[in-house]
Amino acid sequence: MTDAATDRRLIVGPFNRVEGDLEVHLDVAGGAVRAARVNSPLFRGFERILEGRDPRDALVIVPRICGICSVSQSVAAARALEGLAGAAPPPNGLLAQEIMRAVENIGDHLTHFHVFFMPDFARAAYAGRPWFGQAEAGFKAAAGSAVREAVAARSNLFHVFGIMGGKWPHTLTIQPGGVSRAVDARDKVRLGAIVADFKRFLEGRLYGAPLETVAALAMPGELEAWRDHGPAGHFRLFLEIAADLGLDRLGRAYDRFLSYGTGLAPAGGIWQAGAAGALDPALIAEDHSHARMAGRERRHHPFDGSTVPDGADEDGYTWCKAPRLAGLPFETGAVARQLVGGQPLIRALAAGEGGTVRTRVVARLVELAAAVLDLGQAIRRLDVRDAWFTDIRLPDSGRAMGLTEAARGALGHWLRVEGGRIAAYQIIAPTTWNFSPRDSDGVPGPLEAALVGAPVADGERTPVAVQHIVRSFDPCMVCTVH
Amino acid sequence: MMNLLWLQSGGCGGCTMSMMCAEAPDLLATLDGAGIDLLWHPTLSEATGAEVVDLLQAIVERRQGLDILCVEGSLLLGPNGSGRFHMMAGTGRPMIDWVRDLAARARHVVAVGTCAAFGGITAAGVNPADACGLQYDGRQKGGLLGPGFRAGAGLPVINVAGCPTHPNWVTETLMLLAGGDMAAGDLDLYQRPRFYADHLVHHGCPRNEYYEYKASAHKPSDLGCMMEHMGCLGTQAHADCNTRLWNGEGSCTRGGYACINCTAPEFEEPGHMFLETPKLAGIPIGLPTDMPKAWFVALSSLAKAATPDRVRRNAATDRIVVPPTVHEKRKR
Ligand code: SF4
Ligand code: SF4
Repeated sequence: MTDAATDRRLIVGPFNRVEGDLEVHLDVAGGAVRAARVNSPLFRGFERILEGRDPRDALVIVPRICGICSVSQSVAAARALEGLAGAAPPPNGLLAQEIMRAVENIGDHLTHFHVFFMPDFARAAYAGRPWFGQAEAGFKAAAGSAVREAVAARSNLFHVFGIMGGKWPHTLTIQPGGVSRAVDARDKVRLGAIVADFKRFLEGRLYGAPLETVAALAMPGELEAWRDHGPAGHFRLFLEIAADLGLDRLGRAYDRFLSYGTGLAPAGGIWQAGAAGALDPALIAEDHSHARMAGRERRHHPFDGSTVPDGADEDGYTWCKAPRLAGLPFETGAVARQLVGGQPLIRALAAGEGGTVRTRVVARLVELAAAVLDLGQAIRRLDVRDAWFTDIRLPDSGRAMGLTEAARGALGHWLRVEGGRIAAYQIIAPTTWNFSPRDSDGVPGPLEAALVGAPVADGERTPVAVQHIVRSFDPCMVCTVH
Repeated sequence: MMNLLWLQSGGCGGCTMSMMCAEAPDLLATLDGAGIDLLWHPTLSEATGAEVVDLLQAIVERRQGLDILCVEGSLLLGPNGSGRFHMMAGTGRPMIDWVRDLAARARHVVAVGTCAAFGGITAAGVNPADACGLQYDGRQKGGLLGPGFRAGAGLPVINVAGCPTHPNWVTETLMLLAGGDMAAGDLDLYQRPRFYADHLVHHGCPRNEYYEYKASAHKPSDLGCMMEHMGCLGTQAHADCNTRLWNGEGSCTRGGYACINCTAPEFEEPGHMFLETPKLAGIPIGLPTDMPKAWFVALSSLAKAATPDRVRRNAATDRIVVPPTVHEKRKR
C-alpha cells in the first residue's frame, strides 16, 4: 500500500477546516492523483423536512441548513417567497437584506483565508521554506497571531447583525417583503463605524494597502510586483507561498463558471470558453446517477426534483447530487462572480493560468476588498426615513425560485406550493456544484477534475497538495447535502 | 489543564460559528485562560485525515485521556438504526458508534446546541435521517446514550441548548467544568445549565412596556409586543437572550421577530406557523407559564383599556412616532 512504485488508493478524511464532513477517494499512480471521487458522507434531508409546512416556515428552517451561510439561505428563501407573491421589498428593505448577506460573505472570506486555508502552510512539512517562519507565527492553527486577529475582527464586524439582525447565525429579520427591524439614524452611524474599523484592520494587516488599490488590481504583472516589493501583509505572504509552491499550476478544473449575481452587484451569468454569457436557470438539472438518491433514470430540473435517499444504492458514493448546466459541470464562487462582473485581474488570470488554487484565493481577496467598499456605500444609501417592510400575501399555490450568492457561490432555492403548503422544495448549494460527483456520462464534478494531477509524496496518507486544492474552493459540506 | 475534543454530526455547524463570535475576551483567549486545551476541533485544529483517526483511536484505546467531549449536531440513527446517514469520514464507521465509544471515555459530555441536546431542526417534519439528541429524543429521555448515561465525572450529558447557542453559554459552561464548578444541581429539568436557563427571554425585552398594555405588533417591523399575534414565546422560553445580548447588542425580539424558544426540546414542531400566534376564541393558546389563565385574560383586558396613546400608536409602526412627554417643570 505504501510503495510509491505501485498504484495505490487513498481514502482521505475526516477533512476538517471545511464546514461539515468530507471524504476524498484517490487513485494514485506515479506520484500523482489519477482519479478522485468526492464523498459527502452526511445526509440530513432538509428538503423533506420542509415538505407539508406553511411556506413561511422556510424562514426558520432553511437558515439552519448551514451555520456559515445562514443569511444567504434566508435571502434565497425570501426571494422565492416574494417570487411566489409577485411582490418585492421596498428599496430600504432590499438594501438591508443585501447588507446582511454581504457582511456574512465578507466574514466568510476572512474566516476562510485565515482560519481554514492558510494554516496548512504552517505545517511542519514546510519547515525550511523561506516563508515558513512568517507562516507559522501568523497562521498556526488556533495559535497564530493572524488567526487570532481575524477571529476578533470577524466578531467586531458581526456587530452589524447585533444591530440589524438580532443575532447571527439564524436571524429571522430577513422576511419576504423586507426586514423586520428598521434602521434609525443612530444605527446607521454605528454601522458605518463598524465597517470603517473593519476596513482599517484589512488595510493594516491583510493587505498593507488601501482597499481601493486592491480592488483596482488589473494585470497579473501587478501581482508579481506585489510579491517582490509590495507592502508587508498576509496578501504578500500568500503570493510568496503561491509562487514558491506553484499554486498557480495546481487544482485547475474546467474553467467554466456560473454566478447568479446579487442585489448589490446584480450581474449574474456564466463564463465559458474565455467569454461571458447569459445564464438560463431553465437549463439547470440534477443528476442522481452517482448520488445515493432514488430517481437516477433521468436528470431533474429543480422544480421537478426529488430527495429520496437510497441507502442500498451500489453505484452512489455520496449524498451530494450532481447539478449540471446545459449538461455540463460548472464551478461557482468568487472567481465566477469576478469573471462575470468583469474584474480585469481575475479575467487575466483565468485567461492565463485558468481557475487554480492561486486564482481562487486571489479572487476572494480582491472581492473581499471590493465588497467592504461596496458595503460602506450601501450603508450610506440606507434612508432612515423610508419604509423597511411591505406586507405581502402569499398565494395558496404556485412556484418560484430564489437565487442569490453565498460566499462560496451560487445558491438557489426552488419552491412549489399547493393548498397553502410546501409541496416541494429543492436547494442547490454552491458546494453541490463544486463538489458534485460524476454524472450519468461519467463526467467528474469540478473538484474531482481539479484533483487530477495533484502530487502525492511517498507515504503521504493525507496529501498536502490535495488539502490545498480542496480548501481553495472554500467548501461547505453541510450545504452540499442539506 | 483540561483537554477537549469536539465532534460535529447532523447539524449546521452554526454553534461553532456562533462560538467564534465570543468576545471580551475572544474565544481563543477564553479557552487559554480557562486552561482548556483543544485536542481537536474541526474548525480550529491543524490535524486532518489520518492524524485525527489516530487520535480518536488512541482515546478509545485509553492511550489518550479525554476530559471534555463536545458534540454539535444531532445524532443520526438512520437508516434503520444503522447510522449510515453519517459515516465519519475516513473511517468507514458511523458517527454514532464513534460518539458512543468516545462518550464512554470522557469525564464530561457536552451537547452543544439543540440538535445535539434534543434532535433539533434536523429532527423536524418526517425526521428523514432519524435524528435524536445525545441523551434526549425530543422531550423523551434516552437519545443515543440512554437515560442512565453518566460521564466519567458523574454528570449526565450537559445540554447547552440553543439554535444556535450563544457563544458565552458554551464558553461559560466549559470554564465552569474546567474549574470544577458544575454539579448536578446546576442543571435544570432538561439538563441545561441553569446559569442561563433559569431566565426567561421576556426578561429585559425592550417590548416589555408594550406587553404590559397588550399593545401588539401586527406585522414584521412593528415595535409592539409580539406575543399576541407574531408567535413570540419569550414568556415561556428559558434563556437570557435579552439580558445577555448577542453580537454586541442584539436578540431575536430586538431584531424584530419572535422568540421561537430554540432552547427547548421540540421547538422545531410548534404545531403551527412559527411566526403566528395560535389562538382559541381570540386568546393566545400558549400563555406565560407561571400565571393562571383567568388572571391573564382579566389583566389583559384591563391593560388594553388603559393603554396610553403613545404606546398604542408606537406599537403599530416601525419607529417611535409619539415620544414620551418631556416635562419642562417638575410637577407638584
Ligand atoms: S415580544 Fe416576546 S419577549 Fe418581548 S415583551 Fe413581548 S412576549 Fe415578551
Ligand atoms: S430569543 Fe428565543 S429563539 Fe431567539 S435565541 Fe433566544 S431562546 Fe432562541
